[in-house]
Amino acid sequence: MTGTRLDPWVGAYAARTHGLAVSEIRALFAVASRPEVVSLAGGMPFVQALSTDVMVATAERVLRERGTQALQYGSGQGDVHLREQIARVMAEVAITAHPDDIVVTTGSQMALDLVTRTFCDPGDVVLVEAPSYVGALGVFASYQCDVVHVAMDEDGLIPEALRETIAALRGRRIKMLYTIPNFHNPAGVTLTDERRHEVLRIAQDAGILLLEDDPYGLLGFEGPPPRALRAEDPDGVVYLGSFSKTIAAGLRVGWAVAPHGVREKLVLASEAAVLCPSNYAQLTVSEYLATQPWREQIKAFAQLYEERRDALLDSLQAMMPAGTRWTIPAGGFYSWLTLPEGLDATAMLPRAINSLVAYVPGTGFFADGQGRSHLRLSYCYPEPDRIVEGVRRLAAVVESELALAEVFGTAGSSARALGSAVPGPDVK
Amino acid sequence: MTHVVVLAGGLSPERDVSLRSGRRVAEALREVGVSVTECDVDAQLIGTLRSMRPDVVVPMVHGTTGEDGAVRYVLGALGLPFIGATGSACERAFDKSVAASLVGQTGTATPRSITLPQAAFGELGAGEVLAAAVDFIGLPLVVKPIKGGSALGVSVVREAGALPAAMVGAFAYGTVVILQQFIAGTELALSVLDDGAVRVLPPVEIQAPNGIYDYHARYVAGTTEFFVPARLDEASVQRAVSVATTVHTTLGLRDWSRTDVIVDEHGEPWFLEVNVAPGMTETSLFPQSLAAAGLDVGAVTADLISRALAR
Repeated sequence: MTGTRLDPWVGAYAARTHGLAVSEIRALFAVASRPEVVSLAGGMPFVQALSTDVMVATAERVLRERGTQALQYGSGQGDVHLREQIARVMAEVAITAHPDDIVVTTGSQMALDLVTRTFCDPGDVVLVEAPSYVGALGVFASYQCDVVHVAMDEDGLIPEALRETIAALRGRRIKMLYTIPNFHNPAGVTLTDERRHEVLRIAQDAGILLLEDDPYGLLGFEGPPPRALRAEDPDGVVYLGSFSKTIAAGLRVGWAVAPHGVREKLVLASEAAVLCPSNYAQLTVSEYLATQPWREQIKAFAQLYEERRDALLDSLQAMMPAGTRWTIPAGGFYSWLTLPEGLDATAMLPRAINSLVAYVPGTGFFADGQGRSHLRLSYCYPEPDRIVEGVRRLAAVVESELALAEVFGTAGSSARALGSAVPGPDVK
Repeated sequence: MTHVVVLAGGLSPERDVSLRSGRRVAEALREVGVSVTECDVDAQLIGTLRSMRPDVVVPMVHGTTGEDGAVRYVLGALGLPFIGATGSACERAFDKSVAASLVGQTGTATPRSITLPQAAFGELGAGEVLAAAVDFIGLPLVVKPIKGGSALGVSVVREAGALPAAMVGAFAYGTVVILQQFIAGTELALSVLDDGAVRVLPPVEIQAPNGIYDYHARYVAGTTEFFVPARLDEASVQRAVSVATTVHTTLGLRDWSRTDVIVDEHGEPWFLEVNVAPGMTETSLFPQSLAAAGLDVGAVTADLISRALAR
């Protein structure tokens, strides 16, 4: 006798969906959205810093002056004028690109999906950093790629580790190396200039496409933006950019710059997925770039994120128990925290939620179950005094967890049980 | 027209489940013509209830505050009728150890267990305590937070070396943990409707992957297979039904409840726990029993609301 599984389509789902799991962690995040909880979990940009008057005026001009175009289907590759503007924006990171090589997408997340769809067959290897962006891991899983993590430290991806990983995978088809070189999500670190040259050389020698994901490059707190990897090697690198953090995430406007052979395939894939990116959103971004001091707005964003970063780092320094370590981001939204030996960030999360503070456990940023002794802290959204309160609560949770680990003898044991320590930045 | 407030959400780890349950019950009530407002459990709630003065409140908050009696005591203090168990009945039912103890006194089989707060492990030495627990209960055993739901923090421990990590995982959800004998058998959910007479709706047999009805198995459609009617002989089903009735009346529950049992290879039902605010999501058990009985969530809840008004 067969019973019911309460889902009539359960036998019909494609194999690629089988890796998608709803876990207790996602349920806990339903609690994290409550105002009582200081959420150091979400990576939401502080869009309140944008002037409402400016956004209203921009939208109004778009609708009044180019309303018919804004409300109509457009080019699958994206509005040509916007692509010209994007080329100028990328000059800030030393990329020289022709508007024809740019594909506008609905957020750079979509560009990431299109590139993966264009290159990866099930079973193909994709190299990623250890840890890596959860959204990318989701895309690679959905295309049934075999994700292999490569060690990072406080200076980003370790070239020697990359060389060794490639050598160990001899015989396997490695299609891409996915990297977030600037103010890494979730690790907070930035790839040094010297290592950029090395990583490019290694990828070139191995014939591996480099996928450079750069949503935060213009949100550094000190000095000029780092030079993009693509600036060195236009043929070997696909660069993904986004206006989500430099203007507004809700507009859903991002892009890919790719060698022309790749670009053609991306346009076809984009058309198959969405027909064309939103004209309304594109023209809004275009109007904004044309009429607003967008570089000044980015500086204003960077200043408020820097203030929040300082609030986080200062309170971590003051309050976290001995044995806790974290990265020092020079821009972007995140710091990667390593718990004292033996503690498990996933097991600790319910206790943290109960204590009204939220973070993202490190396991979410690995495809292979690593990351249990790490967690990601986002400082982009809460006000600085809330960040301090959040750290206070988190420190108390870590103390309780240490006491518990002491009682049950699990302090120090889980790290040993997992074998070698998780590669990852661990600089205080 | 009767105006009802459905309470859902709260701050427990079951918030997401509660919001879904609450939404489904609210929609079902609206379909039968009841005027419904959905409210979360937060600092605004009491003010909202005072100004709104609903006729009846339907608590669909899972986990602490919702199922431990706190919200119901407050509703009682505000003079608002509500459906489901009273505050003091919740206190008896939500604590797995207290519930099992009271139910066990009626002769119903309950797993061998010990209940311990975190402090006891520190005071007496975790190693000694756990060794004594394993000797007394045997392996495999189940570790659970004493107050909780949706299998959060629950783990089956098959060898002693895994026990410390299981304890740490359970203590993440609360300060008191119960260690229980693992009962092998058929898992049954018995939904009880008390609309003047206590009746047990068609039991649902639960077959979860690897036999573990964890959070994922509960809330991701397609993971678990359910059988209504259960694939058990009639005598075993009747014994399980009788346990559910006993639990509901012994603990002094009201309106609705769901008792979870495991029927062993001899046909003996073992009481695991009872829920005073049973889940009403798309994959929940109570709605399946209602459907098997030809009943509708909206109509049944509306009827309980009328009964609450008449109390």
